[in-house]
Amino acid sequence: MIVGERKTFEQIWDSIKDLKSVLVLGCGTCVAVCQAGGEKEVGLLAAELRMKSQLAGVTIKIGEATIERQCDREFFDAIKDKAKEYEAILSMACGAGVQYCAEVLEPMRSIPALDTRFIGVTEAQGNWAERCRACGNCVLADYGGICPMTICAKSLVNGPCGGSKNGKCEASQEKDCAWVLIYNRLKKQNRLVDLNKVLTVKDYSKQTHPGRYINEVYLKPRMEEKSAQ
Amino acid sequence: MENTFEPKVVAFCCHYCAYSAADLAGSMRLEYSPNVRIVRLMCTGKVDTLHLLKAFEDGADAVFVAGCEEGSCHFQEGNLFARQKVIEAKKLLKEVGIEPERLEMYHIAASNSVLFAKAADEMTERAHKLGPNPLKTQGKSI
Repeated sequence: MIVGERKTFEQIWDSIKDLKSVLVLGCGTCVAVCQAGGEKEVGLLAAELRMKSQLAGVTIKIGEATIERQCDREFFDAIKDKAKEYEAILSMACGAGVQYCAEVLEPMRSIPALDTRFIGVTEAQGNWAERCRACGNCVLADYGGICPMTICAKSLVNGPCGGSKNGKCEASQEKDCAWVLIYNRLKKQNRLVDLNKVLTVKDYSKQTHPGRYINEVYLKPRMEEKSAQ
Repeated sequence: MENTFEPKVVAFCCHYCAYSAADLAGSMRLEYSPNVRIVRLMCTGKVDTLHLLKAFEDGADAVFVAGCEEGSCHFQEGNLFARQKVIEAKKLLKEVGIEPERLEMYHIAASNSVLFAKAADEMTERAHKLGPNPLKTQGKSI
């Protein structure tokens, strides 16, 4: 999932304090799971904003809504009419959702309430960790299911470097050395011999931005053009 | 002008411990502040940060959550979750400009009616000292 972290209340308040009305819009998918921008967090932020505006003596109409996803156009249909009653959207989605919100509801302002952190997993309740850099060229099969691009501070694909000590990374003692993890995993899989392989250069060309992926099977079908007689 | 402020204190109490303690306080004819309104829950683990904020938004002058003592929650650790929610709600209250002291967490055993009465009096006293919920006295009503 995409993991987000709510901006500080001060930052959010500064971004909306001069507006007359704001719709706090949650996203019910990734950021709801990482408890940063789902329906409950919308309720909390809206309650905070209502109280703050009252204490500051300003009148801001604060609305609440949550849609299934802010990265799919059709889900906006449910709030399109409601959104017209507001001056701006305070989106609690990831960066993709905030941008799509601005695009779908153009020219309405879309203000981010979260900082998008990474693609990650839930390691424990309330504890999320990065696992994927979306490099577009997955090499996990070779590395025992541990991503050196993400877990290694230097993203080395033929590690470890000289900074690996007692299984930890020189960048931080709190970080595991990805290459020690990879070694241990491959050992458990009886695949240490695979480490002798020299892997080919990673294809970094897929990391150009903005990325796009097209699956022709799912494109809207069109009539085939008849060849000229 | 004479101060006629009588605070409204909301207490979220767990059925198994704090609510029983409140009940026992009544049976024992212990006197405690009449300003306290009790909301009974099956477990304080059900308390959400949003419930706490809403209580203040709706005009409570002080709120407290009273769960079981550590290690004796009927649902294992609901009281510990509640404590974390109270800590979070205190942080959010501070962010918006409401004194976090208006909110507190207590751990009260079913047999400890004295502690329940003490908690009720303490929170009422705090609200007296802090004055009315600033949402009621500052700015416009929502």
